[in-house]
Amino acid sequence: MTQPDNFGFGEEAAMLKQSARKFFKEHFPTDKLHRMVASDPNPERMSDSIWERVLWQQMVELGWTSLAVPESVGGIGMPLVAVAGLVEELGRAAFPCPLLPTLNATYLLAACDRGAETALGEIAEGKTASLAMTNRQGSWSAADTDVSCAQGKLNGTAWFVQDARKVDRLLVSAQTSAGQGLYWVATDAAGVNVRPDAIIDLTRDQAHVSFDNVVADEVTDDGLAALEKAMPAIWTLLAADITGAAEWQLQTTVEYANTRQQFEHPLGFFQAVKHPLVDVMVMIDQCKSLVYNAACAFDTQPARAVEAAHMAKASASETAAYASSRSVQYHGGIGFTWECFVHLYFKRQKHSQLLYGDAAWHRAQLANLLIGEVA
Amino acid sequence: MSESAGQDSAEQAAFRQYCRHWLEASKPGEPPVRLPLSPLEIMTDEQLSYLQDWQKSAYDAGLVGCDYPVAVGGGGRTDCQRVANEEMIRARTPFMPNVIGLGMAAPTVFYHGQEALKERLLPRLFSGEDIWCQGFSEPGAGSDLASVQTFAEKKGDKWVINGHKVWTSLAHFAEWMILLLRTDKSHKYDGLSYFVVPIRSALGKGVTVRPLIKITGETGFNEVIFENLEVEDGYRLDELGKGWQVAMTTLLHERGAGELQTPRAGGMKSKSSHATNTANLIELARNTVRNGRPAADDPLIRDRIMQLTIREHGLAQNQRRARVSALQDHPLRLQLQNKLLASEISQDTAAVAVEVEGASASLYLGDENAPAGGQWPMAYMNSYGMTIAAGTSEIQRNILGERVLGLAKSK
Repeated sequence: MTQPDNFGFGEEAAMLKQSARKFFKEHFPTDKLHRMVASDPNPERMSDSIWERVLWQQMVELGWTSLAVPESVGGIGMPLVAVAGLVEELGRAAFPCPLLPTLNATYLLAACDRGAETALGEIAEGKTASLAMTNRQGSWSAADTDVSCAQGKLNGTAWFVQDARKVDRLLVSAQTSAGQGLYWVATDAAGVNVRPDAIIDLTRDQAHVSFDNVVADEVTDDGLAALEKAMPAIWTLLAADITGAAEWQLQTTVEYANTRQQFEHPLGFFQAVKHPLVDVMVMIDQCKSLVYNAACAFDTQPARAVEAAHMAKASASETAAYASSRSVQYHGGIGFTWECFVHLYFKRQKHSQLLYGDAAWHRAQLANLLIGEVA
Repeated sequence: MSESAGQDSAEQAAFRQYCRHWLEASKPGEPPVRLPLSPLEIMTDEQLSYLQDWQKSAYDAGLVGCDYPVAVGGGGRTDCQRVANEEMIRARTPFMPNVIGLGMAAPTVFYHGQEALKERLLPRLFSGEDIWCQGFSEPGAGSDLASVQTFAEKKGDKWVINGHKVWTSLAHFAEWMILLLRTDKSHKYDGLSYFVVPIRSALGKGVTVRPLIKITGETGFNEVIFENLEVEDGYRLDELGKGWQVAMTTLLHERGAGELQTPRAGGMKSKSSHATNTANLIELARNTVRNGRPAADDPLIRDRIMQLTIREHGLAQNQRRARVSALQDHPLRLQLQNKLLASEISQDTAAVAVEVEGASASLYLGDENAPAGGQWPMAYMNSYGMTIAAGTSEIQRNILGERVLGLAKSK
């Protein structure tokens, strides 16, 4: 099977991306974001889960939460490459909302052989969801979970659950006597306890979620197979978010480098500033190209999806780190303060960089595929 | 892998079929001599004539100059050179030797030359019968190209040229040179003019070509000295004093960001030369034993090879994305990165290969125990040609910072 030369990024995908950019630009400029999420600088604060529910409702009505749900269960059934375009714009705006976790849950549900119709139908109707699949150590391996399921009841704790306080449902990965299953649970079900983490990232929330004899609907008893199939989409979308956020960091820093004068020149005149900013651009472009390649592979050439997604997320994690570092450094003294907006993206990017595998981990997985495992 | 045939126009689809059939029937067989890695390392007449024969046959079949008008020796097609290039590379043909002619001289002559000059020069350029070289850099003018001092003085209806050009690849085989020089010493940029000059016919009569020996020990580029060479005014491109603008056309095409797609072929496997890419690097790591274990088992080496693999794929996917306008915010942003990325990735790949080889990397071409025939240390040294030529990596970063990001112009 071969891939279309244009990544399968057609007219509908272009329109979706364009309208998303316009939507965020009009409704959610960065000063609004800062006013909303950065009112309390206290480093020991408990993190809030503040977000714009009115705008979110508009996004749901635009169909953005059901883009990835197959048409057969009431969704829109857009290809991943189009969804990635939307998520790139979401990352550029750093808009706090449960879109990314809901899309992630959608791809994992859609990767199940059967039993996911009810859950996918709920997402198509506007319900939001997040993945509860990570253990206390934050393992990036899909096989590691601290939750178990016996006699139809969940026990244990899932860690690093993204935007847990914004979502209606959790897709829980749990050990069973036969292996690993996936379960669909309401966040307000009896025995579910969402315990917020105090995190650095102001644009997302995160929690560990404990399950105490929670009655859960089994989606599949072969969760590992579904995870293996869906993780490339999940890595790709997070890489798309990073790409958009990094472009914001680049453009904002370029604007500052053109405005701020020292030694009778704008900062950008000096090659010690100019050349690293070009390197940021080069990294973003490689990352972006690899994101659309990975999305296209997921859509049209599944045999290549895993390696393409490892490349995209490895590249994205490096890009997040470097773009963030340069954005604060070249804003100089003001960049080190709470009032300058760059810290919002710096923190979101650090969170994204380390979520679902850092660059070295993805490269190690890629090496196993391209060089072979070490005996 | 990516498949562009699906996006072809009717003309491109038909032409692609034609190219495929012709290449199946007419692709040249094994070369009788060792081929160099690139046209810039052609050293012998035997290598040159094998490659010239191939370029001529490809031109006669219509695979070279496809998008130029018929009147100047082109194919008169629309966006078909890309198709021919894809098919030639897919068929793993030899490369074409007239690389400076095709990539730099042809578009420059086409956009800035008089009609009669185009009709006279371009057909023999496309066919490879006339090899071209480029007279830009001088001992005192490298990155600051506009400071060239080679001077043309008007005497009657002729120009008399004196000066010294360096880094002149292929000059020892070249009939023609594109030449950036000065016609006015009082203005730095507006004092520049641009000529095409027949050099082979003037050897010993105002033109001297001397080989420069590269860091690797290979020859392949030259210095060219002009002493009272007389040329006709008809060889001038565009107006007097417009040399800098004409040179920008040359450089834009050289960096792969010009209007006209450069004819490109290649991919033929040659026994004793191998490409600087990560597939070959992985092969090397598998076959190299370090401290009793394959180098490919070392986690640090694996990580470094994967870093390069990802950059290499990133570049290939950039080139793919450059054709999808909805995924770009600036028309030149990806094109202007090509040269910088290709040269730095290649350099870093060769550097890792040399480290993988370890102590054996000290063995060079003449040593029978050298791994891969000593090609990796040579590729590593040669890679500096790419990061220096055609605008150093530092100049590329200035261009990207200024033209794409809009940062203030550095001196």
